[in-house]
Amino acid sequence: MRIALIGFGSVGRGIAEAIVHKNLDLTVSGVADSKSGIIDPAGIDMRAVLERKRETGMCGEEGISAMEIITSADYDLLIEVTPTDARTGEPALGYITAALRRGKHVVTSNKGPIACAYHALRTLADEHGVQLRYEATVCGAIPIMQALENGLAGNDIRGIYGVFNGTCNYILTRMADERLTYQQALLEARELGYAEADPTYDVKGIDAAIKLVILANTVWGLSTTLDDVDTTGIDAVTSDALELAEGQDCTIRLIGEIVPGKEILRVSPRIIPKSHTLVVSGTLNAVMVDTDMAGKVTFIGKGAGSSETASAIISDVLFIRDHHVKRT
Amino acid sequence: MQVSMKLEMKDAPGQLVAALTPISEVGGNIIAVIHQHDPKHLSGTIDVQIMLELPEKNLEKLIGLIRSKGVTILRIGEERLLIRHSIILIGHLIHTDLTDTVDRIDETGFAEVAELHMVMPAITEPSSAKITIKSASEADMDRALDILRDVAGQKQLLMIETMEDHA
Repeated sequence: MRIALIGFGSVGRGIAEAIVHKNLDLTVSGVADSKSGIIDPAGIDMRAVLERKRETGMCGEEGISAMEIITSADYDLLIEVTPTDARTGEPALGYITAALRRGKHVVTSNKGPIACAYHALRTLADEHGVQLRYEATVCGAIPIMQALENGLAGNDIRGIYGVFNGTCNYILTRMADERLTYQQALLEARELGYAEADPTYDVKGIDAAIKLVILANTVWGLSTTLDDVDTTGIDAVTSDALELAEGQDCTIRLIGEIVPGKEILRVSPRIIPKSHTLVVSGTLNAVMVDTDMAGKVTFIGKGAGSSETASAIISDVLFIRDHHVKRT
Repeated sequence: MQVSMKLEMKDAPGQLVAALTPISEVGGNIIAVIHQHDPKHLSGTIDVQIMLELPEKNLEKLIGLIRSKGVTILRIGEERLLIRHSIILIGHLIHTDLTDTVDRIDETGFAEVAELHMVMPAITEPSSAKITIKSASEADMDRALDILRDVAGQKQLLMIETMEDHA
């Protein structure tokens, strides 16, 4: 199966590393980053691409654009891992749409297009008889989509609760354990690379809210947008508040909740018993799925990172290859 | 009114029924009976806790009737507010009139602030307070929390609510 890889930041490089170092039997026929591109129907030497990116900051030649690769190169499946725009979904939305229109399978880690245009993209994929998979958009390495779609097939999903943002979880964990102020914990998270220079997207709860939108729209077929999520971040939480919670054997975590039956779609800091299964440390994510037959099932794992996100992408790619592509 | 009573009676057949019969005689309703067989007292008696609702004027009559059955009333108390729920408020709690915030719950008549624990750092820094609310029922608690959410919104306070234990 031939792959076009669009986006060569940390996630794109993680995927390239996996293709180079593991015997996955995948051929890459096109690669693009924001400035350059490379096309070779016979298969690109990903080791050389990684090295070029390291040395020059570009994966290929200037003048070959992502859109050019998507619309003209020879490939079976598009891996789309460009940066997220939560409001418009662009440019990823345009890339995915173009690939689906050409009848190509798409795997993405990009929350923007899935949150903004899931139903339109799903319809387009169905019309062209191709797959659209997005495991990496929610909770990184945790195979939550695969679990909801296959592992828990037949169950009625009553609700999903979780710690969906590793940055916030890290900050709250450090505030609770070391009695750091919010600002100190945020600074530490930045130094360790867990928080962006502009942490708004994480600490205001927007990242977690987008993941809820994706789950609401894909699991329950709702048509929610970011504005429908009742969102409160952690930037006003004090270490005093964490200490007050500690007094009753509780802590504070940023919890995302979807319970369609009760019209709950909310991200907010919550007082939660320390013994609760969702109380995880550091940058971990945790998701609890409440079902009618299986009861409550909880998944814990890394929600971000280069190889962790690559894991989710590769899993989607191999799933499509093994279930939907005729092997020659 | 709702009343809780702790009764001591002989551990013998018919005793519990004898103790409970007067409740309906005075127009009361039994809400809950907590029957503890263990630990038995050396005297061969057992303790039973009951929760009931009855017209306030009939309480004295009920006490007399229960005692006339040979049952000892160990403790009696008005337990109107049984549900407890804690939240944390963060913000300029004093400057936004904390007394008023508490009053908004207390004046409802169906819920009240049972406990308040506040930490105040420097005067310009936001303070944090844990507030425990008591109410008679889950529905009343929801109404009280709704009021508090409104107040927090108006006063620009961050309200952190407790997550129910799903584990």
